[in-house]
Amino acid sequence: MATEPLTEQAGLQGPAAWEQEAEREHVHGLGPWRLGLRRLRRNRVAIGFGVLFVLLVLSCLAAPLWAKHVAHTTPTENHLSDTIKLDGKTTNVVGLDGVPIGPTYQGEFFLGADPNGRDIMVRLLYGGRNSLMIGVVAALMTTILSVVLGVIAGYFRGWPDLTIRSLLDIMWSFPVLILGVALGVALALGGLQLGPITIGGDSLLIPIFIIGLVYVPYMARPVRGQVLALREKEFVEAARAQGAGPLRIMFSEVVPNLASTILVFFTLLIANAVLLESALSFLGAGVRPPNPSWGTMIDEGVDRIATAPHLTIVPGLMLVLTVLSLNVFGDGVRDALDPRAKVRLEH
Amino acid sequence: MGRFIVRRVIQMVLVMFAVSVLTFLIFNVIPNSDPAVRMSGRQASESTIEAIREEWGFNDSLPQQYITTMEKVITGDLKSQFTQLSVGKEIVKGLPRTFSLAIGAALLWMFVAICFGLYSAVKAGKFADRFLTIIALIGISMPVFWIGALANYYLGFKLGWFPNGGYVEFTEDPIDWFYHLILPWTVLAILFIGFYSRVLRSNVLDTINEDYVRTARAKGLGERQIMIRHVLRNSMIPIVTLWGLDFGAVLGGGAILTETVFDLQGVGQYTAEAIGQLDVPPVLAVTMFSAFFIVLLNAVVDILYAYLDPRIRLQ
Amino acid sequence: MADALLSVEDLRVSFATEEGVVEAVDGVSFDLAAGEVLAVVGESGSGKSVTAMTLMGLTRSPNARFEGTAQYKGTELIGASEDELRRVRGAEIAMIFQDPMTSLNPVQRIGKQIVEQIQEHEGLPDQQARERTVELLERVGIPRARERVDNYPHEFSGGMRQRVMIALALSCNPSVLIADEPTTALDVTIQAQILQRMRDLREETGAAVILVTHDLGVVADIADRIAVMYAGRIVEEGTLDQIFYDPQHPYTWGLLGSITRVDKPRPARLPAIAGLPPSLANRPQGCHFRPRCPHEFSECSKVPPLEAHVQGNPEHRDRCWLSVDEKLAKREVLPGEIGLASKEHAPA
Repeated sequence: MATEPLTEQAGLQGPAAWEQEAEREHVHGLGPWRLGLRRLRRNRVAIGFGVLFVLLVLSCLAAPLWAKHVAHTTPTENHLSDTIKLDGKTTNVVGLDGVPIGPTYQGEFFLGADPNGRDIMVRLLYGGRNSLMIGVVAALMTTILSVVLGVIAGYFRGWPDLTIRSLLDIMWSFPVLILGVALGVALALGGLQLGPITIGGDSLLIPIFIIGLVYVPYMARPVRGQVLALREKEFVEAARAQGAGPLRIMFSEVVPNLASTILVFFTLLIANAVLLESALSFLGAGVRPPNPSWGTMIDEGVDRIATAPHLTIVPGLMLVLTVLSLNVFGDGVRDALDPRAKVRLEH
Repeated sequence: MGRFIVRRVIQMVLVMFAVSVLTFLIFNVIPNSDPAVRMSGRQASESTIEAIREEWGFNDSLPQQYITTMEKVITGDLKSQFTQLSVGKEIVKGLPRTFSLAIGAALLWMFVAICFGLYSAVKAGKFADRFLTIIALIGISMPVFWIGALANYYLGFKLGWFPNGGYVEFTEDPIDWFYHLILPWTVLAILFIGFYSRVLRSNVLDTINEDYVRTARAKGLGERQIMIRHVLRNSMIPIVTLWGLDFGAVLGGGAILTETVFDLQGVGQYTAEAIGQLDVPPVLAVTMFSAFFIVLLNAVVDILYAYLDPRIRLQ
Repeated sequence: MADALLSVEDLRVSFATEEGVVEAVDGVSFDLAAGEVLAVVGESGSGKSVTAMTLMGLTRSPNARFEGTAQYKGTELIGASEDELRRVRGAEIAMIFQDPMTSLNPVQRIGKQIVEQIQEHEGLPDQQARERTVELLERVGIPRARERVDNYPHEFSGGMRQRVMIALALSCNPSVLIADEPTTALDVTIQAQILQRMRDLREETGAAVILVTHDLGVVADIADRIAVMYAGRIVEEGTLDQIFYDPQHPYTWGLLGSITRVDKPRPARLPAIAGLPPSLANRPQGCHFRPRCPHEFSECSKVPPLEAHVQGNPEHRDRCWLSVDEKLAKREVLPGEIGLASKEHAPA
């Protein structure tokens, strides 16, 4: 029989096969990362939003600079009876009717004040630090836990797999928000004691811990699936035949091949963690006042939406921009690294 | 099919048991301070704490504690630490409102997501597709309570197009019921529309390249028939599972934020208020029941799935 | 040919890919007479499937460009509107695909899938369409067709599914049947049954068949004429006997040499054509087969035309610069055995 190259056997025919084959020709020698980077660079929207996210992070990191040199206050400092000059007129920061000043677009109270006379811009940046920190650290925690669990389950199969899978399935049965709320309520009074470590109920570590935990099933499952497929691959067989132990194989053969999945998940996880933080804080089961976070700020603002809508709009917009930039960027990374991948977070 | 159902039901009961154990562990055993203190809420007196300890049997063995807790949950003996009202009764009272919200929103998001997803897939790569993709991403990036509060204030209060929150019984005035729910439905659906339309789009794109769609085209069928009979049905199968799960999640939890913002007084708002007061018993009950409900729905969806996809039945 | 049912003239299909234009089909011309079986043979990537798909308007990549003409009973197929194509598809030209496991909708009963086509083109009432479907299934050799008409595809074996596909293709009595690798995905024994069935049905219905395959062995039993494709072009075209017993193009020799034959002692190593088909994006100038051809010479850098070279056989055409006598001398690798010498050991 005539030689029959791979395309037809893979069931691809016609244009799909042609395009794919052409691609293979062309990527010859280019690693998947380089290729991905190249595709990503062509996706201007994704790059733009990626840059936006970096800018948002940088400006939140610069919060103390703004507070000290521009706003001359701190995030928790009240200015109930202060006045500032607006267009030459002296104005109360918080009106006699309790309505705080709106955006002034000048150094102090750039985005207005809240009912305690605290500078919204300063709180926004400090709150952003908290929200982003929670998001990033929680996403990191989810990622590490998911990879460890997923790799163990997928690699060893048998009873470790059964145990892990059952545990994940049970967690999966709880809506994310409910599980977060349940943990939040249970941990709010008394905090958490893990052996010698005690975490206070008001600590930021509590929402990090909660958020880091509840998304684990959503990532561990697909990781496990990938590991199951990877362990049957020839290069893993080869490593095994060379006498490599399971740990070695897991870390030097399996985990590197999960890199693109991990990267995409991590981006999307931060976005979801930031969103969940805001929801938990809004309900009073996340970040505890007077610690600012975008969620607590919206929570404080919603009650006064009729008199001071900027209290709600400003932190919300910031939150949406952050989450959107992560989602668009993550989407672009996914498309660039593996257009056929089905990495996505469910709610 | 019969055996499949029996097996699925047994599995469901086992998962429910595990779910109840996990809930119990979260609220009663989590390693921190005295569970009785936690259960009593903020600033409880010494005697209240002692009474709670007695009532929940925190001095007993863990299995005994679990049985005590489950008895309370199932018999409806659970009382709010804050209002002293029966948790069970409050939940039942709120259910019609929560159901009204969840069902309407679920239908809305499914319908809109099918339209968006299908259109997006048909126009893949074109401007309309990119536009809808960005819209969908914005949709999944907005906190429900934020957009809800803004919608309620601007569309409800300021412009007066919609009632400013609140709920009217369906039996009282169906039109008013509908009118009061339009905004909450829309707001709750936004997130899911964004999410589902993206899932559907990618499913449709996968399905369009299937061989049997090419066969359908080779048969001379019209584009509309191909899309509906061959592409959409096959693309919908994975979504149905998701839909069941999310419907359960909304009913059991997602509604918390929406109900609070629109003052619908359903189970969700009840839960939100309990959370605000760190009132453990209602949160415990809602957590457990919502997980139960999801497990139940999951089983129903699996059975429905087996009906939709004949290949499943044989496995 | 004046009486051609289907006449393809200089068909070109190209795809815009990330690194430039890929000419998948590079000027293909052939005629198909009523009731005739034309086999299009070539490796994957030779453009044979794209050619077949394009005739049906099924090459749907947005990056595809089409040139040339394909006239079916005087109707132009290339660039025809979806509505025009719909009238042709299934009713006039029907298609059988390679993989019967994936070519049927998994969630629709097979009867429904056939009824759907009958009703689309002939608008028969349900009961009649169903009767016709049962008859068709019986005709392609599906036992207990009346019961099985309500089964789902996954309840059939691969061979049975391909029979369903054939029944589907024949359901509106098409004049042309395009079979794209109809037996490739099947077991050898099933292959034979399916081919037998196709041969019988062709006798009964009188439909012309375009059989697209990479397997010359499949062709021997059923084809009247053969077109050999390589890298987007037809390199040789002729009757079954001409191709099998007097092949003119070195690529055809290679194909013939690599058929496993039961009537000859088994070779130590199955002869294969050395090298790989050319990269799609940058094919060699002139004769595309040049880099793999042991008989390459200076002339080969020009594109050879598809012309008749053998005296008295005007329908036997090929694209090779070698003279007929040179070909005769070079194509025997062993006495009485046609094949392609490996490039290194090519006679000078």
